[in-house]
Amino acid sequence: MNDFPLFPEQASSVSPLVDGLYLGLVAITGVVSLLIWIVIFYFAIKYRRRPDNELAQEQEPPAILEMTWTIVPLVIFIGIFIAGAWLFFRINALPANAIEIYATGRQWMWKFQHPTGQREINTLHVPVNRPVKITMASEDVIHSLWFPAFRVKADVLPNRFRTMWFEATKPGKYHIFCAEYCGTLHSGMIGSVIVMDAVAYQRWLAGGSEGSLASQGEKLFEKYACNTCHTSTSGARGPNLAGLYGKTRQLADGSSVVADENYIRESILNPQAKIAAGFAPVMPTFQGQVSEDDLIRLLAYVRTMGVEQPVATPVESPQSAIESTGAPAAPADGRAEAQPTSTTTPGNQE
Amino acid sequence: MTSTTIDDAPFIEPSTRARRNYLNDEYGVLSWLLTKDHKRIAILYLFSVTIFFVVGGIFAFLMRLELLTPEGDMFTSDTYNKLFTLHGIVMIFFFLIPAIPAVMGNFILPIMLGAKDLAFPKLNLLSWYIYMIGGTLGVIVIITGGVDTGWTFYTPFSTQYSNTKVFLTTLGAFITGFSSILTGLNFLVTIHRMRAPGLTWYRLPLFVWSMYATSVVIMLATPVLAITLVLLMVERVLQVGIFDPALGGDPVLYQHMFWFYSHPAVYIMILPGMAVISECVAAFTRKKIFGYKFVAFSSLAIAFLGFLVWAHHMFVAGISVYAAMIFSFLTMLVAVPSAIKVFNWTATMYKASVSWQTPMLYVMGFIGLFTIGGVTGLFLGALGVDVHVHDSYFVVAHFHYIMVGGTIMAYMAGIHYWWPKITGRMYPEWWGRLSAMLVFVGFNLTFFPQFLVGYVGMPRRYHAYAPEFQVLNVLSTAGATVLAAGYLLPMIYLFWSLKFGRKAGTNPWGAVGLEWATTSPPPKENFHETPVVTWDAYDYPAFLKAMRETQHV
Amino acid sequence: MSDATLSHNAEHAAEPHGHAHHHPFLQHHFEDMGQQHEASTLGMWFFVAQEILFFGGIFCAYFIYRAMYPAAWAAGSKLQHWEIGAANTVVLIGSSLTMALAVWGAQGARRKFTTLMLVLTLLLGGIFVGVKGYEYAEHIHHGQFPGSMFTYVHAQDPALTRGIELFMTFYFTMTGLHALHMVIGAGLLLYFIRRAWRGDFGHEYYSPIEIMGLYWHFVDIVWIFLFPLLYLV
Repeated sequence: MNDFPLFPEQASSVSPLVDGLYLGLVAITGVVSLLIWIVIFYFAIKYRRRPDNELAQEQEPPAILEMTWTIVPLVIFIGIFIAGAWLFFRINALPANAIEIYATGRQWMWKFQHPTGQREINTLHVPVNRPVKITMASEDVIHSLWFPAFRVKADVLPNRFRTMWFEATKPGKYHIFCAEYCGTLHSGMIGSVIVMDAVAYQRWLAGGSEGSLASQGEKLFEKYACNTCHTSTSGARGPNLAGLYGKTRQLADGSSVVADENYIRESILNPQAKIAAGFAPVMPTFQGQVSEDDLIRLLAYVRTMGVEQPVATPVESPQSAIESTGAPAAPADGRAEAQPTSTTTPGNQE
Repeated sequence: MTSTTIDDAPFIEPSTRARRNYLNDEYGVLSWLLTKDHKRIAILYLFSVTIFFVVGGIFAFLMRLELLTPEGDMFTSDTYNKLFTLHGIVMIFFFLIPAIPAVMGNFILPIMLGAKDLAFPKLNLLSWYIYMIGGTLGVIVIITGGVDTGWTFYTPFSTQYSNTKVFLTTLGAFITGFSSILTGLNFLVTIHRMRAPGLTWYRLPLFVWSMYATSVVIMLATPVLAITLVLLMVERVLQVGIFDPALGGDPVLYQHMFWFYSHPAVYIMILPGMAVISECVAAFTRKKIFGYKFVAFSSLAIAFLGFLVWAHHMFVAGISVYAAMIFSFLTMLVAVPSAIKVFNWTATMYKASVSWQTPMLYVMGFIGLFTIGGVTGLFLGALGVDVHVHDSYFVVAHFHYIMVGGTIMAYMAGIHYWWPKITGRMYPEWWGRLSAMLVFVGFNLTFFPQFLVGYVGMPRRYHAYAPEFQVLNVLSTAGATVLAAGYLLPMIYLFWSLKFGRKAGTNPWGAVGLEWATTSPPPKENFHETPVVTWDAYDYPAFLKAMRETQHV
Repeated sequence: MSDATLSHNAEHAAEPHGHAHHHPFLQHHFEDMGQQHEASTLGMWFFVAQEILFFGGIFCAYFIYRAMYPAAWAAGSKLQHWEIGAANTVVLIGSSLTMALAVWGAQGARRKFTTLMLVLTLLLGGIFVGVKGYEYAEHIHHGQFPGSMFTYVHAQDPALTRGIELFMTFYFTMTGLHALHMVIGAGLLLYFIRRAWRGDFGHEYYSPIEIMGLYWHFVDIVWIFLFPLLYLV
């Protein structure tokens, strides 16, 4: 019972905006509510029943009053809508060059996978001042990933990838909560997001992994024999996946679809749903064979196929390995020292 | 304008009170259990809803005790999850939705219309029995292990993962829905076809307008819940994939179908409250409600717009940004008619004759608390803020301000206002005022901290929470104790008043309305002669004149 | 819909509330038969409106999944025998005809005719439900009942199986709910056959049959929508 906060930390780029709108709403609604309270109280006293006013004096109400307090609230409410909608667009508009994190929610834990291969449970290390995009799905029921300090939240659905993003602006350790009731240990499905300054983050990343997410996916691509049909030779049984991600693909029934993460997920789990134009529906389904974690690795690999990848190890320049466009990420804030051999400042590890 | 003094009015005149009334007309348990008299059915409902209110309240109190400390140390997680689920189910389906319509609507509506009964008295009794069957299933669920899905039954947790009595619970809710539907149907037909001579639509008490709007919402929304629950039950029993993505279904479709009912359901809960408030404001200010037509049509507007906003419960659930924008905009619109009502009720008090009796205290509490509940709805409807506060205690505080600070306050106002009419007795005024103030203070202490703790980051439905949330939780539990006392007292003194309360006359409040033109308690057929209405709603001078002329008792 | 008995009439005549006598089926809270008739008819219309929302919900879900799984929906509907469905449709429309005739008969106090029409309605309704039962049995026999009993696999395209099971879930739920409404209607018909035979209905009092007809026609209309959506796609 020591501290008594009324606001969470403002630790993301949108936090001040959300708090600003919130406080604005508090001001407007507070004033109106207080006004009503005061007026009622005042009227109840001033016009209280006394022997000389057992019945009220009837008044003919001016119609203008009715119109005023219909139109004015309507205008205010629409203004609130506009402000909220603008902020919502900001919250949903993913900036470029975001770090790709994959998250899985399951009863009752969070798994985070970094593109460089690190896996974390209930903890997420992110650098400060870099947009972080989280692609996530649930293994079982609906969960919801909430970072109160960042003011962002999104439901995590089974069998469907969703994305959210944030840009942390203040190093520190903040709460992660599951915000959609999911069973027994719903209130235990919590963790911490640890925002680190750039140097500390590099050091953390250097802490080793099993190889990048994409390279793990490549191994799975061979293990499940995807590479026997999906080759680049003409006449192959399966379409060439090089450069597929993000492009529009023509389907056999004449329609077309954008090859996003959900298309790739569906193609693995329910390949008959959409057949690529010019190919036969012979791909078997991997439903039940491929786990959620494997799906994420395969997705990461497919995204890199046919795209120039600079040779990278986790130690050297992790950022470039994860950019699906292949262009090395421009380090923000003039962090020219992408090389780990630079002097290490004893920054906060957490 | 001539002002009529109270001496002219035969307001409190017990001398010609009839000896036979609906209470002593027949005796015996069967005369109650097989009654077709809407007034007796209302009393049956009064007993039932009160019992369920106590059950739901106990669950709430247990939850608040657990939440005194950050750790989940009083109950197991599973038990806590069942507590909040059952609290929601009992309070919503077995208390809030029936309470005002089935108790006060049933009793007062026919009398207000000058009718002898509702259009379908046997259907009315059937409504109560259906409600009791549904409620019994609920009790069976509670006794045999409970259910832990949350009252929202989100899939696939409820269909594929929960190990509790989901089927039985949804069956109970399904059955209870029919009770609601039949009551709504009864009200609609009665209002359309059984008004007394002279009672045109624009002379109707605003209670009737609001109950009409409520009934429309009941008729159109409840069947959608029914079919949603049917599909839920089918999926649970057959283990097919209607809403389960692993089997090809869409869990978000469930949410759309569920909220298509459950959003209008909140208007089913608040519109009757507003109905009572309109009556009490007029009675305790002895003045016509300001802007009668605006208030009347605002009820219809709320009913209509209420059907268009359901997905504002789903802004972060995976709907598109554009859908979210549309629903946010519509949500802002639905707030306007409610605001109109609040302003009109307040304006009615201007140059009125305001009494501070117990019902009016509850009314003033309602207006104040419903205003806060309503404006916090704007916070939730504003997309950018909702992303942060959705599924947090901010939402919990918002809906409790409306449902407890709103509906339950209105329910208490109505109970105290019509108590003399229903029982022929007055309740003890000072105990009434004390309880009203306890409720007001206790309520704010319980729920205002929840706005704060929600914004700070406490999610809802949490058994254990982060330590920095404790201070606000302790305040909330302290408030709950005061609130409980505020609700306990009326149960005691109202019961006491049945035997020892001062006997009430025909019109102890000096109010306008057909119910105040007949004895307290009314005779079985409500009026000895069919009344003819020659006064506008809340028109005191005209009503007094009519009473004098007809010597109505 | 209160029962009239001679004793009720006698008791009624003894009450001192000023009326000479009124129709034996006038319920006391109504002023006159006209008000009673209007109230009961309005009540049934409101009930039908509510039923439309009930079925509407599942139709909505049906259409959403149809858009998501068009191939499975087409395959599922091919599992139905449209000839049987069409025949059943004719039966049901026939029962609506006899129902309408029953209402006409009741209005004219044609006791025997009304009873006969009601019996025919019941019979035709019974045929409908019986045929549906046969269809259900066939589906179950071929392993097409959704859930753990579902063993059917689509010959050409096994991947459609899951979607077909979903279709069959909708098939059984929608036609099952419809059949349930028919069974309730059948029970009501039995009750009305008894009253019609007793000669309760006439020019002044036929509204119970009329609203029964309303209900029956509504159930018929639901089937008119179900048939093409489930059998013909």
